Amino acid sequence: MNIQHFEQLFQSKIDKEIKIEPKDWMPEAYRKTNIRQISQHAHSEIVGMLPEGNWISRAPSLKRKAILIAKVQDEAGHGLYLYSAAETLGMSREEMIADLNSGKAKYSSIFNYPSLTWADMGAIGWLVDGAAILNQVMLCRTSYGPYARALVRICKEESFHQRQGFETLLVLSKGTEEQKAMCQDAINRWWWPSLMMFGPKDSESTNNDQSMKWKIKRKTNDELRQQFVDMAAEQVKVLGMTLPDDKLKWNPTTKHYDWGEINWDEFWAVVKGNGPCNKQRLAARNKAHNDGAWVREAANAYAVKKAKAQAAKEALEAA
Amino acid sequence: MKINLTKYYYGDFGGDENAAGDEVKKTNDDASAWPLWEIFVRSKQGLDHKHVGSLHATDAQMAIENARDVYTRRQEGVSIWVIESKHITASNPDQAGELYEPAVDKIYRHPTFYVLPDEVGHM
Repeated sequence: MNIQHFEQLFQSKIDKEIKIEPKDWMPEAYRKTNIRQISQHAHSEIVGMLPEGNWISRAPSLKRKAILIAKVQDEAGHGLYLYSAAETLGMSREEMIADLNSGKAKYSSIFNYPSLTWADMGAIGWLVDGAAILNQVMLCRTSYGPYARALVRICKEESFHQRQGFETLLVLSKGTEEQKAMCQDAINRWWWPSLMMFGPKDSESTNNDQSMKWKIKRKTNDELRQQFVDMAAEQVKVLGMTLPDDKLKWNPTTKHYDWGEINWDEFWAVVKGNGPCNKQRLAARNKAHNDGAWVREAANAYAVKKAKAQAAKEALEAA
Repeated sequence: MKINLTKYYYGDFGGDENAAGDEVKKTNDDASAWPLWEIFVRSKQGLDHKHVGSLHATDAQMAIENARDVYTRRQEGVSIWVIESKHITASNPDQAGELYEPAVDKIYRHPTFYVLPDEVGHM
């Protein structure tokens, strides 16, 4: 059998909605695309802990602190599910972490924006997690089995993240004038970066076609982005706040909201490393990794010592 | 007789040419790296343990503690099994045809093969 034959078999499995599992034959480009996408997704969960970690020690109440800790802990867990899924494609965990820490690997640009006020915790939960959920719900049906299974687990846990964010904003929206202003300010700052999370326009995205054909993705960037706008434009009314887009308007013909234009220069600047916090995020990751090295080494040494003691004990009993 | 089982380095990894896991052996030889463990969780008494995912840990005890933190944060389990991934032997998907072929033509193993009169009732 030649390679074309394998490729045909592979595509026919995809077309029949049969999941691809780690030991199945797959085109090299499929493997590489999945490694890139899953590891980037994992890195985003890990770096995503930083803007929120910033507010754990300054949460306004014990309840909010406990919620924030639980949310950040979930994100560490989501990173782990995704790293494990990417590892089944043949890239080691150490290699992925090294690529993140060196800046070679990308993560979602949204986490290169700073979390300036408490209201940002609400806006991140509502908008950033809301945008991530739309993408992740779609990915529950992705063609690579381990990735799809990780996403099912993630989606189950993620819905609390968005709800707690919206509720945080809801409380602020009913508060004092200062609290209302803080709420609106956070929405203003996070709205456009959240729309950028869906990636470049379909007409400019290089990976869209092949990823759709392989069913790694099920919806295009623009479809997901529109879905998000339609959703948020309604929800913001409940908060009594506005979205910072004067072109935002319901279009009865398309049954969707029309809206303005993303600042694509800003998008590419942040992707290329020139966002407000790119350097701090990478520095924080590297510091955590390096400062934790002794823990990893000590755990290894302890495991070796325990295994030796166990072997000696067994030898003694056998004698 | 042809033996249809092949031993792999990792249970879910590796396969024939161009399967995903081929490169694991090359890249994962860092001696300081913690080994990979497969995690199985029993969601409640009376049910089987089910595979939920994998994680890295230095030994079995640590694997169980990490699995508790990662896979049972919302009371998803009452019991955890862990096994180092390299100890799992998996069948080869490329040989699935031969491996499961003997079951294909034995439809008399299913109750619906037997046509009985309605008077018999539920049997």
